[in-house]
Amino acid sequence: MARHALHLEREIARLRDLVLSLGTRVEESVQDAVKSLVERNTELAKKVVESDREIDLMEVEVEEECLKILALYQPVANDLRLIVSILKMNQDLERVGDLAGNVSERAVYLASKEKIPLPLEINSMADLVKEMLRESLDAFVNADANLARKVCASDDAVDDFNREMYRQMEMAMRDNPDRISVFIHILSASRYLERIADHATNIAEDVIYFTEGEIIRHRGDL
Amino acid sequence: MTQGTAKGKKLSANETAVLIDKVSFYYGKKKALSDICMELPKNKVTAFIGPSGCGKSTLLRCLNRMNDLVEDARLEGRISIGDQDIYEPSKDISDLRKRVGMVFQKFNPFPKSIYENVAYGPRIHGLKDKRKLDEIVELSLKRVALWEEVKDRVHESALQLSGGQQQRLCIGRAIAVEPDILLMDEPCSALDPIATARIEELIVELKERYTIIIVTHNMQQAARIADFTGFLFMGELVEFDDTELIFRKPKEQKTEDYITGRFG
Repeated sequence: MARHALHLEREIARLRDLVLSLGTRVEESVQDAVKSLVERNTELAKKVVESDREIDLMEVEVEEECLKILALYQPVANDLRLIVSILKMNQDLERVGDLAGNVSERAVYLASKEKIPLPLEINSMADLVKEMLRESLDAFVNADANLARKVCASDDAVDDFNREMYRQMEMAMRDNPDRISVFIHILSASRYLERIADHATNIAEDVIYFTEGEIIRHRGDL
Repeated sequence: MTQGTAKGKKLSANETAVLIDKVSFYYGKKKALSDICMELPKNKVTAFIGPSGCGKSTLLRCLNRMNDLVEDARLEGRISIGDQDIYEPSKDISDLRKRVGMVFQKFNPFPKSIYENVAYGPRIHGLKDKRKLDEIVELSLKRVALWEEVKDRVHESALQLSGGQQQRLCIGRAIAVEPDILLMDEPCSALDPIATARIEELIVELKERYTIIIVTHNMQQAARIADFTGFLFMGELVEFDDTELIFRKPKEQKTEDYITGRFG
C-alpha cells in the first residue's frame, strides 16, 4: 500500500470513530428525550437540553476533520464520497440533537401541567423513529445500502403516525378547548419526532450515495 | 474491462483524433501493451495514468512512432489518425511527426536562441521566408504565453530561461509546425508548483486548437486538466472514461485501488 494511503486510512478511521461517537451521543439524546416525554421526567428532559452543547461541539470537530482531510489528501472515488457523506450526515445528526432538545422542552412543559394520557401512537411512532436512526447509523457502519433503503421506506409510516396525531389532537382540542396549549405541545413533540425521521432518512440516503455513488434524493423510486 | 470510447458512445469519424484498434506492443519478447482499443476525441485533453511500467509512455510513444527507434520493438494492431494508418509502410514519418508533436518530461530546448528554437521546425519543413518565420515565432510564443516575457530577447540563448519558461518554449516549438495532436510525457514533473500551474492552464487553452494526450504520474493533474482519463495497468487498459467519473466513481476496482493509493 502506498504511504499516502496509509496516512489517509488512519485519518479516515479516526473520522469514522468521531462521527460514530456523535451518532451514539445523538441516539442517547433521542432515547432520553422520548423517555422524559413519556415518563414526565423533568430532570432527564433538562439533561437532554443541556447536553446539546456537547453535540454541537462534536459536530464542529467532525466538520473540521473532514475539511482537513479534503485539504491535505484530496481524496477521490469512495474516499471522496465517504467524506462528503460524513459532512452531510454530521449536519443531520446535529439537527437531530436539536430536535431531541425540542422534544425535551415539550416534556418539561407537559410535566408541569395536569397529567393527561398521551395518545398510544406516540409510543409506536417514537419506537419507529429510534429504530430508523439506529438503522441509518448501522447502515453507515456496515456500508449497507439495503438497510439504508429500509430506513428510507420507513419514513412514510412515520408520516402516517404524525398525521394520525394531528387528527387526534384536533379532536381533543375540540372536546377540551381549555387545554389547547397542552395538545399543541403534544402535537409539537410529534412533529419533532417526524423531523428526526426525516434526518434519519437523509443519513440513509447519504449511505446509499457513498456505497453506490448514486444520489437518490428527490427520486421517489428506491 | 471498460475499454473503447469514453462516455460509452461511439465517436463519429470527425470527432476522433486518434483511433487505437487492438494494439499490442512488444519490446523483444516482452509484451508491453496488450490489445488496447481507444478512441481519443478531438480537441480534448486525454490523460493516461497508471503505475510505473504500466505502458502509458509506451502507448503515448506509439502515437508518433517514437518506438520505431527501439531495437526489436514490434506493434500489432492499428493506429489511425484521420483516415490514415500511421504504421503503413509507405507512411512518411517526418510528416507524421509534424502532425503529432511531442513535449518531454525534461525540457530540452536546443542550445540556440529562443527564436531559433521555434523557427527550427518550420524551417526544416521548408519555410525560408524571414517575415513568415517571424510571424510564426511571435504567434507560437504568444500561444504559449511566453511572448510578453521574452519579446525583447528572442535572439538570446534559450538556455537562460527558467525551467517553466523552457518548457513553455518547448511547447511553443512543438506547435510552430501547426500539429493536430500534441503528446506530452510528464510535462510538469520537473517544474515547481507555480510553473506547473502555468503549463496546466496552457494545456487547457491549447486544446481549443490541438488534441492533447498527456501521460502523468500526478493524478490530481489528470483530474484538473483532462477531459478523459485512461487507466493502464500491466499493459492493459483497465478503464477509460470521463475524468470526472474516473475520479468520482470508477467502474473497476483496480482503478479505484490505484487512484485512492491502495496499491502502486
